Amino acid sequence: MTTLAVLEQRDGTLRKVSYEVVTAAARLGSAVDAVVCSSAGPEGCASAIAERAKSGGYGAVVFAATAAGKDLAARVAAKLGVGVAMDVTELSVEGGTIVATRPVYAGKAMQKVRVLGKPAVISVRPSVFTPPPGAQASQAKPESLSVASPGRVVVREIKAAPAGTLDVAEAQVIISGGRGLKEPANFKVLEELARAFGGRAAVGASRAVVDAGWRAHADQVGQTGKTVSPSLYIAVGISGAIQHLAGMRTSKVIVAINKDKDAPIFKVADYGVVGDLFEIVPRLTEEIRKLHA
Amino acid sequence: MKIAVCIKRVPDSETRVKIAADGKTIDEAGVKFVMNPYDEFAVEEALRRKEKAGAGEVAVFCLGPAAAQETIRTALATGADRGVLLRVDKIPTDPFEAAKLIAAELKGTTWDLILFGRMAIDDYNTQVGTLVAELLGLPCVTAVSHLDIDGTKGVAEREIEGGIEVVDFSLPAVLTTDKGLNEPRYPALKGIMAAKKKPLEVKPAQPGAGAFEVVALTPPPERKEGKIVGEGPEAVGELVRLLREEAKVL
Repeated sequence: MTTLAVLEQRDGTLRKVSYEVVTAAARLGSAVDAVVCSSAGPEGCASAIAERAKSGGYGAVVFAATAAGKDLAARVAAKLGVGVAMDVTELSVEGGTIVATRPVYAGKAMQKVRVLGKPAVISVRPSVFTPPPGAQASQAKPESLSVASPGRVVVREIKAAPAGTLDVAEAQVIISGGRGLKEPANFKVLEELARAFGGRAAVGASRAVVDAGWRAHADQVGQTGKTVSPSLYIAVGISGAIQHLAGMRTSKVIVAINKDKDAPIFKVADYGVVGDLFEIVPRLTEEIRKLHA
Repeated sequence: MKIAVCIKRVPDSETRVKIAADGKTIDEAGVKFVMNPYDEFAVEEALRRKEKAGAGEVAVFCLGPAAAQETIRTALATGADRGVLLRVDKIPTDPFEAAKLIAAELKGTTWDLILFGRMAIDDYNTQVGTLVAELLGLPCVTAVSHLDIDGTKGVAEREIEGGIEVVDFSLPAVLTTDKGLNEPRYPALKGIMAAKKKPLEVKPAQPGAGAFEVVALTPPPERKEGKIVGEGPEAVGELVRLLREEAKVL
C-alpha cells in the first residue's frame, strides 16, 4: 500500500523538514506520494488531506512533527477515525505491521508501538530522518492540494522571528545557556557563538532562565520546553537538571562548559570544559569563526 | 462564560523514570504525580475568562485512575466550580480512545470554550484536544500562547518554528494552551478548604482497545562515557580538534 507524505511549505517554498518526511515515508517500504497544502486554514487543509488519504487508499499518512504538522496530523487523524503516532524517531515495518518508536517522558524512555490504525497516521520528529546527501532535489515533487474553504480557523499573519534566528527545534547546532550566564544581557556571548556557525545554530535556554524571564519560552529545552536532537549541543552554564537532560540527551554530540566540575551535565556530555564560560566561550567563538572563514 | 477544562494527572517532571516489570509501562512506586504543567495554563485561563465575564462556570474533566481525584481537587482549590473524573484503570495508549471518552462526556452541553494543555508531559501525544474538537465538530487552535476574545470572535497567537502565527477563530472553540499564556495561580488555603466541598463526580469509563499496541518501553540509549577535555580557555583548541576529528561535527 502506498504511503502519503504530507509536506510543509512556507511562502511557497518547501521547508527542509519536508525532505525528512519523504525520507521517513520511504522507510515504510512502499511507493510514496507527496502532497502539500498552502491554505491559511488548517481545517481546509485537514479536509483536503483526509479526502485524499481516503480516496487514495493509503496505508499510512506521514507528517512532520512541527508546530503546523502536529496540529494538522491530529485533525486529519480524527477525520480518519484514528490517533497519531506523534513525534516518531524510528520507523519500520515488522511482519506487515508498522512499528514506531517515540520518546515519551521527554525522552526519559522510548515507547515502541505497533501502529494498527487503517491508515496509520504518523508524525516524525524534525532532524531525525535526514535524507541521504544529494537526494533532496529529486525526492519531493508534491502535488498541491486545493482547498474548498479555509474553515473557521484562519492564519491571519505570521510574525517572523528576526532574520537570521533559527528555531531550536530545527537547528543543527544549539548553544544553550543557564543560570551560569548570570544575567540576561550575557546571552550575547552565546549569540555571537551561534552566529559564528553561519546560520546553522540557534540559542537555547534552560527552564531556570526562561522562568526568570531572561529568555523566551520558545527557546526552552527540556521536559516542559522542546525536546531537541541537533548534531551538536553546547550547554553553557547549565548544571543539568533531569528535566533538561531529558530534552537534549538525544543530541548527536554534547559539549558542556561549566565552572563546577561535578555538575550533572558532565555525565551526559561527550566533551566537557571546566572553567569560566566568559573566558571559554569567546575563545570558542574565535576558533569556530576561523573554521568558517 | 461556560468553560470546560480537561486536565491530566502525570508524573512530576523531576521524576526518574523506571521501567516496570512488564517492560511496557513505568514503575509508579514512589512517583510523585502532579497536574500536567500545560494544563495549569488551561485552568488559569478558564478562571480568568470567567472572572472577566463576571459569571459562568468552570468545570474540570479528567480521564484517569481514582487517584486523579486529587488532581481535580487541585484545580477546584484554585477556583474551578466542579469536577468530573472519567475513571479508568489505565489511560488508553491510543489517544483516540481517550478523546472519544472525553468527547462523549462533553457532548450535549454548550461550552463557550473547551481548554486543554497543549500536550501531556508523560505520553507526549500532543493531540487529544484536537481529536476532541474534531469529534465535537468545533474549531480548534493548538498551543495558544496569547489570547483575545471579543464575543464569539477570537484571536490567538501560537508559536511556530521561527515565528508566531496569529490565528482568527470563532467560538465556541477548543483551545490547547502553551506556556506564556498566563501565570497560573497557586491554591490558597481558603481555596483548598473550599475545594473539599465542591462537587466531584466520579464516572466509570471503558476505553476501547485502540490501534496502538505497546511492544516495549525501554530506557533511552545510554550515552557513552564522555571526557573532560581540560580546564579554562586553553582547552578550547583541543575541544575544537576533537569536534572536528573525532566527533566530526564541525
